Amino acid sequence: MSDIEQRVKKIVCEQLGANEADVKNTSSFVDDLGADSLDTVELVMALEEEFDCEIPDEEAEKITTVQQAIDYVNANLK
Amino acid sequence: MTKRRVVVTGLGVVSPVGIGSQNAWNNLIAGQSGITRITKFDPAPFASQIAGEVKGFNAEDFIPAKDARRMDTFIQYGLAAGIEAFRDSGLEVTEANAERIGVTIGSGIGGLGTIEATNDSYDEGGPRKISPFFIPGTIINMISGNLSIMLGLKGPNIAVVTACTTGTHSIGEAARMIEYGDADVMIAGGAEAAITELSVGGFSSARALSSRNDDPATASRPWDKDRDGFVIGEGAGVLVLEEYEHAKARGARIYAEVSGYGLSADAYHMTAPNMDGPRRSMVNALKNAGVNPDQVQFMNAHGTSTPLGDTNETNAIKATFGDHAYKLVVNSTKSMTGHLLGGAGGLESVFTVLSIYHQVSPPTINIFNQDPDCDLDYCANTARDLNIEYALKNNFGFGGTNGSLLFKRV
Repeated sequence: MSDIEQRVKKIVCEQLGANEADVKNTSSFVDDLGADSLDTVELVMALEEEFDCEIPDEEAEKITTVQQAIDYVNANLK
Repeated sequence: MTKRRVVVTGLGVVSPVGIGSQNAWNNLIAGQSGITRITKFDPAPFASQIAGEVKGFNAEDFIPAKDARRMDTFIQYGLAAGIEAFRDSGLEVTEANAERIGVTIGSGIGGLGTIEATNDSYDEGGPRKISPFFIPGTIINMISGNLSIMLGLKGPNIAVVTACTTGTHSIGEAARMIEYGDADVMIAGGAEAAITELSVGGFSSARALSSRNDDPATASRPWDKDRDGFVIGEGAGVLVLEEYEHAKARGARIYAEVSGYGLSADAYHMTAPNMDGPRRSMVNALKNAGVNPDQVQFMNAHGTSTPLGDTNETNAIKATFGDHAYKLVVNSTKSMTGHLLGGAGGLESVFTVLSIYHQVSPPTINIFNQDPDCDLDYCANTARDLNIEYALKNNFGFGGTNGSLLFKRV
């Protein structure tokens, strides 16, 4: 598992109160991990904090799974 | 139609003298002070550096970790006390009764600590650093809201905000809802977690707080002639109120009855006390209960340890009770807990109910030299066995708002 993948998953676990075993790359925040609309906003804020970046709202809306979050960070990390 | 009677069947406490109603009561009867130097922030720059902080509280004992993280501490305290009270009552929520159980747990100040911290984040990082949980994590009705969600309670759901009278009014209004038939059970009380820099600074600026920083345990000294202000406290006190026949039918333990409730306004000054407002509040509670002053044996007073407030309340008690005032035992548990602001009425109502249930007055500690202007029996320094049929609970708040509850032995 890459460093970024690990850090993303750790944040997902913390923010959504999910078990590590349940957080798979294909997991959808809302459908699989029980997130609501406020959870997803806070999750994006936590990713911004962790990776010291700013995720524009229109991009944030497209991040709905763990893999999409990993891909976004990989593509945009400074 | 005869009036529906309201009784107390559950108690919950998070307080500076202990978590859990039994634990807090035992410490109270032993005369233990919960006041220490402030640890939540560095109090050195402040005139008042002492408080009744809650010790050893773990929100996750009561609330799932993910949810707890998003709630200000006052919500966590209120939920913890609410959950303890509900468990203590032995009630179970079913499809049949869910719509008949409600919540009214208020707070005087709300999520000030989270407001301060969020403002810091905003100053550093702008609007994007404001959490989506900031509003639902700080507004005052979120104890009532979250408790209804956690327990599935679909009855009336409100939060009273009347400064230091919040808890008392919450219980009184909840009792009325049961009387009126809006609900059969109400979980009612108050919570506060306002030992924060802005709050302590604000009350200090208003010259309301004790500055006896070198001796925290004796700083809250109601009716002592050297009292120099109140000591801020935090926590929550919650009661389960239940319609009498409902409680009897299920064989519930009944701690006491809510016999009367009175309210009034001073119409006088934002912060300074006034004698006539508290007097009318007490008279209204007695009238509501249909009880004569000489039937009352015990009071849990507002008794904050401020120079003006304690004398004023003493005078109001004399104006209400006449000569019988000298036969009353008038106790202030704030001498041990400090002043929980919006949580005070909740916590002190729990203590009043336990005083009736156990037939004991807790002590008012730290009366070293009783103020000659405060010449009632305050149960100085040692708990006392007492025959209590009726007990009165007072609280008064900024804005000149007063509330009194009369509890009765069952």
